[in-house]
Amino acid sequence: MSPQDQHGTRRSHPRRPRSRSARLMAAVGAAALMFSAGLATPLNPVPQRAEAAQGKKVLTVAVAQSVDSLSPFLAVRLVSTSILRLTYEYLTDYDPGDAHPVPGLATSWRPSADKLTWTYTIRSDAKWSDGQKVTAGDAAWTFNKLMTDEAAATANGSFVTNFSKVTAPSPTQLVIKLKKPQATMTALDVPIVPKHIWKDVKDFSKFNNDKTFPVVGDGPFVLTDYKADSYVRLQANKSFWRGAPKFDELVFRYYKDQDAAVAALRKGEVSFVAGQPALTPAQAASLKGQKNIHVNEGPGRRFYALATNPGARARNGQKFGDGDPSLLDQRVRNALFMAVDRKTLVDKVFQDHAVEGQGYIPPRFSTYFWKPSSSQELSYDPSKAGQLLDQAGYKKNADGRRVGRDGKPLNYRVLCHATDPNDKAVGQYLKEWWGKLGIGMTLDCLDNVTDPWLAGKYDLAFDGWSVNPDPDFVLSIHTCAALPATPKETGATDNFICDKTYDELYAKQLAEYDPARRADIVKQMESRLYDLGYMNVMAYPNAVEAYRTDQIKTIETMPRAAGNIYGQDGYWSWWSAVPADSGSSSGGSSTGVIVGVVAGVVVLAGAGLFLVMRRRTTADDRE
Amino acid sequence: MVSDAVSAPVSKARRAGNGTAYPRYVAGKAGGAVVSLLAVLVTGFFLFRLIPGDPVKTMTGGRPVSAAQLAEYRKQFGLDLPLWEQFTDYCRKALSGDLGMSYQFRTPVIDKITEALPNTLLLTGTAFVLYTTLGMFLGIRSAWRQGRVGDRLNTGLALTLYSVPSFWLGLLLIVVFGVGLGPVPGLFPTGGMESGGEEGFAYVLDVAHHLVLPVITLVAVEYGQTLLVTRSSVLDEMGSDYLTTARAKGLRDDLVRRRHAVPNALLPTVTLVFVNLGRTVAGVILVETVFSWPGLGGLFYQALSVPDLPLVQGLFLFFASAVIIMNTLADLVYPLLDPRVGR
Repeated sequence: MSPQDQHGTRRSHPRRPRSRSARLMAAVGAAALMFSAGLATPLNPVPQRAEAAQGKKVLTVAVAQSVDSLSPFLAVRLVSTSILRLTYEYLTDYDPGDAHPVPGLATSWRPSADKLTWTYTIRSDAKWSDGQKVTAGDAAWTFNKLMTDEAAATANGSFVTNFSKVTAPSPTQLVIKLKKPQATMTALDVPIVPKHIWKDVKDFSKFNNDKTFPVVGDGPFVLTDYKADSYVRLQANKSFWRGAPKFDELVFRYYKDQDAAVAALRKGEVSFVAGQPALTPAQAASLKGQKNIHVNEGPGRRFYALATNPGARARNGQKFGDGDPSLLDQRVRNALFMAVDRKTLVDKVFQDHAVEGQGYIPPRFSTYFWKPSSSQELSYDPSKAGQLLDQAGYKKNADGRRVGRDGKPLNYRVLCHATDPNDKAVGQYLKEWWGKLGIGMTLDCLDNVTDPWLAGKYDLAFDGWSVNPDPDFVLSIHTCAALPATPKETGATDNFICDKTYDELYAKQLAEYDPARRADIVKQMESRLYDLGYMNVMAYPNAVEAYRTDQIKTIETMPRAAGNIYGQDGYWSWWSAVPADSGSSSGGSSTGVIVGVVAGVVVLAGAGLFLVMRRRTTADDRE
Repeated sequence: MVSDAVSAPVSKARRAGNGTAYPRYVAGKAGGAVVSLLAVLVTGFFLFRLIPGDPVKTMTGGRPVSAAQLAEYRKQFGLDLPLWEQFTDYCRKALSGDLGMSYQFRTPVIDKITEALPNTLLLTGTAFVLYTTLGMFLGIRSAWRQGRVGDRLNTGLALTLYSVPSFWLGLLLIVVFGVGLGPVPGLFPTGGMESGGEEGFAYVLDVAHHLVLPVITLVAVEYGQTLLVTRSSVLDEMGSDYLTTARAKGLRDDLVRRRHAVPNALLPTVTLVFVNLGRTVAGVILVETVFSWPGLGGLFYQALSVPDLPLVQGLFLFFASAVIIMNTLADLVYPLLDPRVGR
């Protein structure tokens, strides 16, 4: 029998000796406490404090989306393209006021008389961050790479499909020859890369540009560090031709949860929160009026629409899908839209963080914004909607249901994104409004709507696109050319619209180099799209974001009068941001002291607990 | 010795590594694991092809993309090949250790896994050690003092925390201890694994500082399970004759519990521990998301949303392998703890 067993006979004191397990637990507890204490030392202050201590002005942006690639030839996500927009210049930029093209790498540009040759003058005062001069040769090499290497064309190949030849006759002259006229030549959103760095890349499909830092660029910031899903770090390019940014460093820090990002903003760990894609009404309301926080709300670049299936078909004429044939009647489409109370949707669903929908292009793009005249407008009018349905032959039966000539009641399937709460809320309103008209509705909310959408197996669907300053792309997705070649293939089409008049106008605007005349044609296209009734814009959601005024004194929105900060068509926001006076954002020192004190107390408590536990065990137990 | 006699099952187990029974048992379990792994390999390929959604369309959504670009994407990803060819290609590569290239990150899947795995292991591993220790300790105590205030308090608290959604608790901790609430200062970072730019010991402290809140969240939510299983298995042993004998011979209550009751009650807890150990590599999606922890859970979610087929397949294979290997290890440990198993 072991000595310990003998001592174990004292059952009258069952709680006294804690023995080995108690000691073990005490040790674990103390270790855990000390561990925690170690964690809570002021050695790790929040980021902006640490960097402020080094005398740097750091702007920290909370982001959620993972970087797909830092190669401008591969990156397609908003976060990646936004970062690359800061590190590589384009030929032209968009004015922060009204988004008209302004000089970027090119100081001027002119088309030839036959509209097939564009000549750009490349600025001579731009330098790569390694000191080499930026030349037209870099731009020519970039475009030629896109034209000749399929892997390099992954992200931006669509910009060069109409190019026949790109040359650089001199370091300051770039010449692009086209196959046919193209009005979007001042909207080539292609990052120009340094030839002397990129010519050595062997396989563009696998090169992510994220191993060697700093990355040589010519934008307002230089990419200096990146850790997947942790941070992307950029330093101000002091020799940027437009002038150095006011902040020394720009850090994109990851917050995968938007509420956590908002918490970080409250604390001051980040300077800016954009939201995914916007702050929720509840988050915006909770931040409004908070000390040192400004909620920025401006017109967004998205439209939120109800798309109607016009009967899916391919370019080879084959029809597919199962869209309800009643929707081919324009009166039915118009009636459905006239039963939608857009004002209620903006008030109740978007809680006033949106603007009522009108034309296809949001009002922030003033050059191309169009709205229907009062005689053309399909305003909210349920009784008129009922009359239109009667005229179309869909009258109410004894049960109050609208039935077609075949006696079948109208019942539409509406495709909705399960991940978008707005879709679900709007869907409930539609169900109620259309129900009053005598039309049934089934809301199909799916995590991934792509399959039924591409197969044309829906009647209506919630739809939305972000519009660029040049609207060519969002216009092109409703042309017949965008339809899939065969039912098995995927086209660029949005919802299978194919209209001859619209197509003619599209071709006309693409060949029109006069901005005013082109804008006029674009507006005619929007009018045509509105009348067709296949794309009914219900709202333009606002950009809702917030920043700390004790870290950012001023920052430029786009449009300048009222607009967004994150995801601009340019680098204006981060380039223009002015740091607030130093010291106003700290408070770090006092928190550091508190942290230090708490840490000390916890360490002492842990150590004390450990000693007490040890003393409580008997000498025999310890042997 | 008396103590040896009364703790018969465990003591015999220690002497039971004899004869051919155990090697045969090991071979059987290992064979089963290999078959399971092969089944996972095949299932992984077909299962994720049932997910709705076209990876190419999802990845290029909202961007100007020409038909030629879409075709190039499909060619690069091998999606233009017939399904059987994709399958044989996948099996051949997987068996040689190549899990393919992620569609969205253009990086070898194995690189993405090895990049996020240490982060996940740091978080879930730390939490695992703490919640297992805490759960077992409190479970044993609770059982030993069944029905008393301490037991009821322990069990009640454990059940309550076990039923709390981890993301909610995480957000609460962020608000209270991250941002600071009332007199409580914001002691810990609101998210992420590091501040960036730190090196050496400062980096270690920095990461540890970021680790506190997510670990507390995980421990709070997870320890209850271990506590309840341990408590119930110790309770099962409480009325056993060998404990009465141990007490009768005059052993201190503490020693009766530690030396006799607990070792014999360990089997169900060991199962749970190994299952949890297998799960640690899979990460914890909700906690990783709330605390913006760059781990495998978040990576799996991102892979599924595309769907990034090579990445989901690779992660599925990896997670399933971890669970299979851990379960097999648990199977191999049982006979050492209890000779009745594997006879």
